[in-house]
Amino acid sequence: MTKPHEIDVYEPVEGELPKEKFDELEAFINSLESTDGALIEILHKAQNLFGYLPRDVQLFVARKLGIPGAEVFGVVSFYSYFTTEPRGKHTISVCMGTACFVRGSDKILEKLKEKLQVQVNEITEDGLFTLKDIRCVGACGLAPVIMIDDKVYGRVKEEELDGILDTYR
Amino acid sequence: MATRSNILVCGGTGCLASESDKVIKNLELIIKARGYENEARVIRTGCFGFCEKGPIVKIEPDNVFYVMVGPKDAKDIVDEHIIKGRTVDRLLYREPKANEIINRQEDMPFYKKQLRVALRNCGLINPEDILEYIAFGGYEALGKALTSMTRDQVVDEVKRSGLRGRGGGGFPTGIKWEVTKKQDDNEKFIICNADEGDPGAFMDRSILEGDPHSVIEAMAIGGYAIGASKGIIYIRAEYPLAISRLNTALNQAREQGLLGKNIFGSDFSFDINIKYGAGAFVCGEETALINSCTGKRGEPNYKPPYPAEKGYWGHPTCVNNVETFANIPQIITRGADWFASIGTEKSKGTKVFALAGKVKNVGLVEVPMGITFREIIFDIGGGIQGGRKFKAVQTGGPSGGVITEQYLDTPIDYDSLISIGSMMGSGGMIVMDETDNMVKIAKFYLEFTMDESCGRCTPCRIGTKRMYEILDKITSGKGTMADIDALKQLAYMVKGSSLCGLGQTAPNPVISTLKHFWEEYMAFIKDVDNPRGEGRHIAKNKIKFATEK
Ligand SMILES: Cc1cc2nc3c(=O)[nH]c(=O)nc-3n(C[C@H](O)[C@H](O)[C@H](O)COP(=O)(O)O)c2cc1C
Ligand code: FES
Repeated sequence: MTKPHEIDVYEPVEGELPKEKFDELEAFINSLESTDGALIEILHKAQNLFGYLPRDVQLFVARKLGIPGAEVFGVVSFYSYFTTEPRGKHTISVCMGTACFVRGSDKILEKLKEKLQVQVNEITEDGLFTLKDIRCVGACGLAPVIMIDDKVYGRVKEEELDGILDTYR
Repeated sequence: MATRSNILVCGGTGCLASESDKVIKNLELIIKARGYENEARVIRTGCFGFCEKGPIVKIEPDNVFYVMVGPKDAKDIVDEHIIKGRTVDRLLYREPKANEIINRQEDMPFYKKQLRVALRNCGLINPEDILEYIAFGGYEALGKALTSMTRDQVVDEVKRSGLRGRGGGGFPTGIKWEVTKKQDDNEKFIICNADEGDPGAFMDRSILEGDPHSVIEAMAIGGYAIGASKGIIYIRAEYPLAISRLNTALNQAREQGLLGKNIFGSDFSFDINIKYGAGAFVCGEETALINSCTGKRGEPNYKPPYPAEKGYWGHPTCVNNVETFANIPQIITRGADWFASIGTEKSKGTKVFALAGKVKNVGLVEVPMGITFREIIFDIGGGIQGGRKFKAVQTGGPSGGVITEQYLDTPIDYDSLISIGSMMGSGGMIVMDETDNMVKIAKFYLEFTMDESCGRCTPCRIGTKRMYEILDKITSGKGTMADIDALKQLAYMVKGSSLCGLGQTAPNPVISTLKHFWEEYMAFIKDVDNPRGEGRHIAKNKIKFATEK
């Protein structure tokens, strides 16, 4: 059974990431019974804390677990849920599952790109929104569906987008 | 405390999105304001299935079914129905064909042909209260297995029931259990596959949200049968509500001693851990899933060895789908013969389908195997939206194929679907109408598999990309007959030489649309009639392909 390594040096390169969050992450890792096979779980926790997984956080996790940074990066880059870029204050996820696609979600996505002047996985200039496409949130009965943070909007029409966006502005 | 009326409100993801939580809150407030707390109780249930008409509210024991209930309707439900005993007519379901009002659930065309086994408790009980599950016969099957059946008897019962895996492959569950049981190893695992990758499908999610204990109970039964003391539920991180209900259910089961040491006083101990996916379709494939459970990249392995021989950390591991598990408690309590009496000769029991797309009644339906597409789409689904014409239905998600009008009367089971060029898959059923362009649909699916290809094997990584590029060229009107030919060749190459099921099935949407909707491809091609064009040599090929059956 592998136990987490004791490390006392951590030097955030950019210096912007809050130390408390690192402490919290470290406490979480220390609380695990075993770190065998726990990498994904730890990364979920880290992304929850920091909002994304920048290089420093990945390296911190790697050192803590005593594994190569490349291994951590390999996992982070494999799973689409993990992101290495900071996110906007709100995440807009447009469902591109089949049920939503056949009911026109591709047009909703195009409209949003145009309105927000961003591409998918980009953050708006004012830092307010990140646009994402996701596959099925399980509300197919309401297709087309968009999600802003955890709130689901169903049967979305192009005309309604401005109104919806305004509630977050 | 028993109340006179129970007000069941759907708390599934679909209905929550249309504000069913506000309906619940308002109902509770008004009941309190009227001093009716001892008379009526509001229960948040799992999905009723009729998502098209959500939020759904059902009043028991009056058996009245209200549809499209908004937060403002709470007042009438309490004041009229609960207090005065008058049904609120405007909230009743109106059957569009005959334009008549129907107030009982079982009389509605949407429910009439359904048979609920895996979904038996969804929309009936509060999924966050283990006592309700127990009141409806929950954990009886586990008790029966542990106290009166040997491990062999459990395996045998599941084998005789004829249950086949609902995750897509259709492998007989009893045989999988038997093989895992036979392995000589002190440490074994049982895993529930709740990765539900098919976009446009939400069967597993609804079961976990609406009846999480049925899966937990079944995993314990499976653990006992194969000799595993540890279970894992691998669930997508995109399903926060299902995750939270599962956690609640696991804690309650532990408190009640239904998980943990010496369950039901036997010498069987069992517990379950949750592992989270992180957004990779290929992780639904069992070997990739096991790799992901160990914290690695979720890439598939070559089989054999099968997980039943060498799985999680190298130990024998049985992987089953959520819906497969949800059937198990019923098989143990009601017996294999009962289960085997439902369905067709080679596919027993029922199947849950997520009916979506251009059909009128979008929702979750559970039907006996052997029902026809026509019955599902036109009787249960109410036909096509906006009076348009049916064109095709896709089963099996990105791994399946399209089914056209001529096959609407095919009885649905694992084998019949393969014989008509599609597959059962996990239960997604997307209906398309005359306005859908099938080439674009094929391109949509291919974009999905291209994105989701894990990159481990070349045919899938590069093949799907090339196929997508060709489809993109065709749909933008620049395609030639040579492209069609290359597409066809690539399709069979990717299908034949990929490492795992993802690549082996990725070309299916293209192959089946080429076969059934050849003319839609041709409509994009400019040089069909131009024998001097690039497609000169290919035209013959096309003729051969178009006529072969
Ligand atoms: C690309 C791919 C994706 C899959 N996705 C799922 C899935 O989301 N859920 C699932 O239960 N099975 C999925 N499967 C099937 C699993 O590999 C496995 O057969 C199944 O979980 C076994 O359970 P069952 O016998 O109860 O169906 C997938 C297979 C492949 C090849
Ligand atoms: S396809 Fe969009 S919610 Fe299911």
